[in-house]
Formats: sequence, C-alpha cells, structure tokens
Amino acid sequence: MTPLSSYLVLAAIIFFIGLLGALTRRHAIIVLICIELMLNAANLNFIAFWRFNPHPEAMLGPIFVLFSIAVAGSEAAVGLALVISIYRFYRSVDVEKMNALQG
Amino acid sequence: MFPIPWLPFIPLCPLVASIVIFTMKPAWSRIAAGVAISAMAMSTVLAFAALSTTFTHPQVVATSFDWFSVGDQHFDFGFILNPLTGSTAAMVTFVGLLIFIYSAAYMEHDENKTCFFGYLSLFAFGMLGLVISNSLLLLFMCWEIVGLASYLLIGFWYQKPSAAAAAKKAFITTRIGDLGFLLGLFWVYRETGTFLFYHYGSGILEPGPLAALASSPGFWGFSAAGAISLLIFAGAMGKSGQFPLHVWLPDAMEGPTPVSALIHAATMVAAGVFLVARTYPLFALDGRVLAIVAWVGVGTALFAAIIAVAQFDIKRILAYSTISQLGLMMAGIGVGGPPIGMFHLLTHAFFKALLFLGAGSIIHGCHGEQDIRKMGGIARPMPVTTLAYLCGVLALCAFPFTSGYFSKDEILLSAWHSNPAIFWVAAIASLLTAFYMTRQCCYVFLGVYRNEEHRHPHESSWVMVGPLLILAIFALAGGAVAHMNGILEYLGDKEPLVVNSTVVVIGWIISLGGISLGFLAYGLRPLTATGSDPFALTILGRAFYLDEIYAATFGRLVTVLSYLAEIVDAILLIVTELLVFIAREFSLLFAFKTDRVVIDRWFFDDICSNLRSLGGVVTRPQDGLLSNYLRSIALGSLLLAILFWCCHS
Repeated sequence: MTPLSSYLVLAAIIFFIGLLGALTRRHAIIVLICIELMLNAANLNFIAFWRFNPHPEAMLGPIFVLFSIAVAGSEAAVGLALVISIYRFYRSVDVEKMNALQG
Repeated sequence: MFPIPWLPFIPLCPLVASIVIFTMKPAWSRIAAGVAISAMAMSTVLAFAALSTTFTHPQVVATSFDWFSVGDQHFDFGFILNPLTGSTAAMVTFVGLLIFIYSAAYMEHDENKTCFFGYLSLFAFGMLGLVISNSLLLLFMCWEIVGLASYLLIGFWYQKPSAAAAAKKAFITTRIGDLGFLLGLFWVYRETGTFLFYHYGSGILEPGPLAALASSPGFWGFSAAGAISLLIFAGAMGKSGQFPLHVWLPDAMEGPTPVSALIHAATMVAAGVFLVARTYPLFALDGRVLAIVAWVGVGTALFAAIIAVAQFDIKRILAYSTISQLGLMMAGIGVGGPPIGMFHLLTHAFFKALLFLGAGSIIHGCHGEQDIRKMGGIARPMPVTTLAYLCGVLALCAFPFTSGYFSKDEILLSAWHSNPAIFWVAAIASLLTAFYMTRQCCYVFLGVYRNEEHRHPHESSWVMVGPLLILAIFALAGGAVAHMNGILEYLGDKEPLVVNSTVVVIGWIISLGGISLGFLAYGLRPLTATGSDPFALTILGRAFYLDEIYAATFGRLVTVLSYLAEIVDAILLIVTELLVFIAREFSLLFAFKTDRVVIDRWFFDDICSNLRSLGGVVTRPQDGLLSNYLRSIALGSLLLAILFWCCHS
C-alpha cells in the first residue's frame, strides 16, 4: 500500500505548482486554475489523512472534501463571471493591469 | 394657624395686575386702567375685611415661615395684622382706589397710560407689602420697591429734563437715608439673629430681645437699641422728607399729579412715619431717641411751613405743606407714641390726597398752568372742585371739627404734656400752615382770572370730581367719626391724655388766626400776576438756598472726589497699560521663539512630515496588484508556518 507520505508529497507538489502559478502568471483564468489546483491539493490531503485514520468509518474527510469541492465550484463560477466582466471593462484579462485599488 | 390666610392677597392683587399690565400692548390703555382699578378694588375689600377683624381682635396677630437659609442663618418672612396694619392698609387701598379712578381720567390722553397703571399697581404692591410685613427685611425690600416706583413715576414724563433730574434726585436722596436703614438692619440682625417683629417671644419688638438690645452698647452713649432706632430713623427721614433730606420732595412734583397725590402726599412719604410707628417699641427704649425724633419732626414742620409761604407753584406749596405735616406726624410719634402720629397720618392722607387731586383738577382746568399768580377767580367756572378743595384746606388748617383739627389737636396736646418748647414750635408751624393755605386760596379762587394766554378755565369731568367729593366727605367728617369711636385707644393701648382747655383754645386761635391773617394779607386787595407779595422773600422762595448749599458743599465734595477718582483711574490706566505691554512683549517672545521653533518646526514640520513619509512607506505595498497581494499572503502564511513549527518543536 502506498504510504501516507507519498500522498502528502504529491499534495505539496501540486499545492506549490498552484501557488507558483498563481503568483507568477498574468492571465486571470490561469490564476483561477492554479487556485483550483491548490484547493485540490488540500482536498487530496483531507482524503489521505482520512484514509490513514484509525477510524475511517467517521466520514469526516469526504464530507469536508465534498464541501470544499462545492465551494470551489461556486468560487470558480464567481471568479469566471468576474473575469468576464473585467474583460468587458478593460478589454484584457491581465492581472498586472488591474491595479485600480492601489493606495 | 394664621386666622386670616388671605392677608397676603392684599398686596398680591396689585402685583398680579402690574404683571398683567406690563405684558399688555401700549394701545390697551383702557383695559390696563380697568385691570388696575379692579385689582385695587379687590385689595380694598380685603383690607377693609382685615380692618374689621382688628376691631374685634386688636392684639397683634403674626405669622412667619422660613424663607431661605444661608449656612445656618435662617431668614424668615411673615405677615402681621394689628390695628396699625389694618388701618394703614385700609387707608392706602381706599385712597389708592380713588386716585386710580381719578388717574383714569387725568391720564386719558397720555400715550404711556398703560405703563402708568403698571407702575401705580407696582407701587400699591410695594406699599401694601410694607404695611403687612412682619419681617424687617421684607419691609425693607418693599420699601425699596416703593422707592423704585416713586422714581419711575416722578420721571414718568422723562422727556422733560427737569422730571428726569427730579426722579434721580428723589432716588439718590432717599438712598442716603436708606443707607442708615440698611446699617440698622444689619446691626439688628447681628444682635438678635432675626428680622421678625413678632415671633413667639423672639421677635425684635418683643420684650426679651428688646431687653437684650437695650443692654448692649451702641455708639455716642446710646444703647444698641437707641443706635439701631436712630439708623432706622435715618431711613424714615429720607422717605418721609424730614430735614435735611427733604429736598427731593418738592422736586418730586414734576411727576403727574395723581402720583403726587398718591405717593408723595398720602402713602409713600407716610411710609417713614409708619416705619417709626411699627418699630416704636425699639424707639421707646431710649427717651433721647424719641426727643430727637420729635425735634427733627417739629423742626421740619416749621422749616417747611416757612418756605411754603413764599412758593408760587400750586403743587410746590402742597409739597412743602406735606413735608411740614410729615414733620408734625414724626413729632406726634416722638411726644405721644404711634397712635398720635398715625391718627394724623390717616387723616392727612385723605385731605392731602384731596388737595392734590383738587390741584390736579385745577391745573387740568387751567390748561396745565401751575403758577398761582396766573390763576384767580377759579371758583366761578369750577365750583365743585373749589368746594372740595376748600374742604381739604379747612382740614389742613385744622379748622375746628374737621378731621385735621382732631388729629393735630392730639399732637399739640401730647406736645404740651411732653415738652412745651416742642408745643410752641408746632403751634407756630400750624399757624403758618393756616396762613399759607389761605394765601393760596386767595390767589387761586378769588379775584379775576389772570392768565393772558388761556381765557377759559373749565370744570373737570365727573370721573375726576367724584373721587374729590368722596375724599372731601372724609376730610370733613372722618376725623370726628374716628375720634368719637376711640381711634387712639384702638391704635395704641395707652390711656388717652386728658383734654386740656388751654391747648384747645390755642388750637382754635392758631387755626382761625392763621386763616384771618392770610385773608387780611391777601384777600382784601385785588392780586395781580406781577404784583409784589410782601411775604414771598427770595430766600424763602429758594427754600433757604438749601439746594445751592448742597450743590456747593456735597456737590463740590463729590466733584472733588470724582476728580481724585479720575486721577486714580488714570494712574490705574497707566499701570494696566504697562502690564498689558509687558504681557504683550512676553507673548510675542513666546510666539516668535518658542511657538515658531518648538511647536511649528519641531512638532509640525518634523514630526508631521515624518509621519507623512511613514504613511507613504506604509501605503506603497498597496499597489492594487493582485499577484503582489497573493505574494504577501503566501509569505505571511509561510512565516506563520515557520513560527508555528518553531514554537512546537
């Protein structure tokens, strides 16, 4: 059986890929996809910890993951809607150009 | 429990009326007159009810309650009802009511009539409060209210400079006397700790405190009681126009004639006599004080009577006669006690009010002329006024069996028993009174009308003449009725003196002799407006130059003092200017050195600009770039994670 550490390492790799993507890429949709990646890395952690828990009959991990996927879905919907309206306003989806909130 | 709880309403009715009137529009003068007269009528009814109570219960009835406290000093005020209060209140309200009615006609065309009735009501409040007050302090406050009302009413026609000056003179002169009164007030409070006249044995006029006052020392060999009564007498002298503080009373005739009648003849000037009568137990402790009162009174009586002989203004003659009669009242109290003086006060109030109202009617009929040389032959066009006026003159001359005869006779009788010298001075004053009143009547009523400018004097309206007739009845018969019914026993508990036939005969001689002498001097030859008058010496006409003497002494003194004060003021001004200059220099120093450097440069320029640049530094990360925010979040989470890890391992 694959040990827990492999799952955790995989999740960490996915998380950091997502984080780096979110920090470095300028395309808004890519940033959203990277955020999804980080969320899914966290979900993977939940499932892994649940699977190696001494009491897997307590369905805590899957429930959290289900919630998390639902939240991620709605977040993606809101994010995409925002991206579309930003595109309509700026004619661009470059996050570097969206600096109207600067102090 | 006070047997007549409505006693305070006697003064409160006019007070309410005056407040109502002062809030009215000036155009509502008829309503104002109605309000004032009806309030006064209510007071009159109440006062007569109070008077009838005193017939059956002549003993003192007093009440008092806590007014205010300062620390552990308690100030009470209260009301008092005894024959003195009852009779005076009844007289004031009754004469006041008649004069109010008369004023409604006399002041018909005055544009400030509303205000006039407000002042009159205020005066009535003060006077009645003074009469029923059981506390020396309350009495003093009412005393000042009547002084204020007197000032306002003398200066009622304030557009005339002489009226304004007379008002000021009256106010300031009475203030000199009031200073003495106030000192007496303080002193009596220090000695007894109370201002109440009667208060279950601890009031000022009750035996215990009186004995204490008589035994503690005063000044000039007088006991405290004597000193206090002299100080109170100073107040009474100012108010009642006793020599040498009488100078304001003749000038007070600048006011409207009803005011002269009510305030400066019948009631307010009698307040001084009333005060002495009220505090008589204090005066009676020292025979010398009573002698001073008697001599001041009788001296004033003679002095004013001499001056009155040479006056030509109809109201001034009456004013000097008022001073003279007030002097006689004081003398009466001095030699015979309160009943004697108060009896003359009561009768005098009626006939002097009558004379003043009659004079007002004559002045009204003669188109405002007040000089008796320009009158003459008034009897034919103004018969009713003349008849009423002659009744007043007879009473003032103490013509046998008029009211003045009875009261003046009592004064002479008491003086005869007490001090013959006082008796003879009073007798000469009375002789002169009869003489100058006859002189005045000859000028006014006999002969032909001498005024070139206005030809036709006319009789006044019935609203004015009616009160005259009522007062005339009282002037003729009031004294006799009161005397028959034992007013002296009613007013005081002393046994009346035995009638002395010598005194009675001298009284008759004085009265009839004065009238005949006056008639011989003035009635037998036709008088002319410019003709010489054998007795009108200039020195008398100018009232012994007393005003000029006051101007040359006290006036000069005040001028010198004011110069001194001005010099002191100038010095003070220089000193203050110097102080201000120094303070200014200091502040400039602070402004330019401290303020600019410390506040402006250090605080504002340095600290503030530093804060500003700090703000710039802080806001720099907020560049609005999402990825930068995310980087910060990532860095922060990383730092938190490291911190967490460090703490747990």
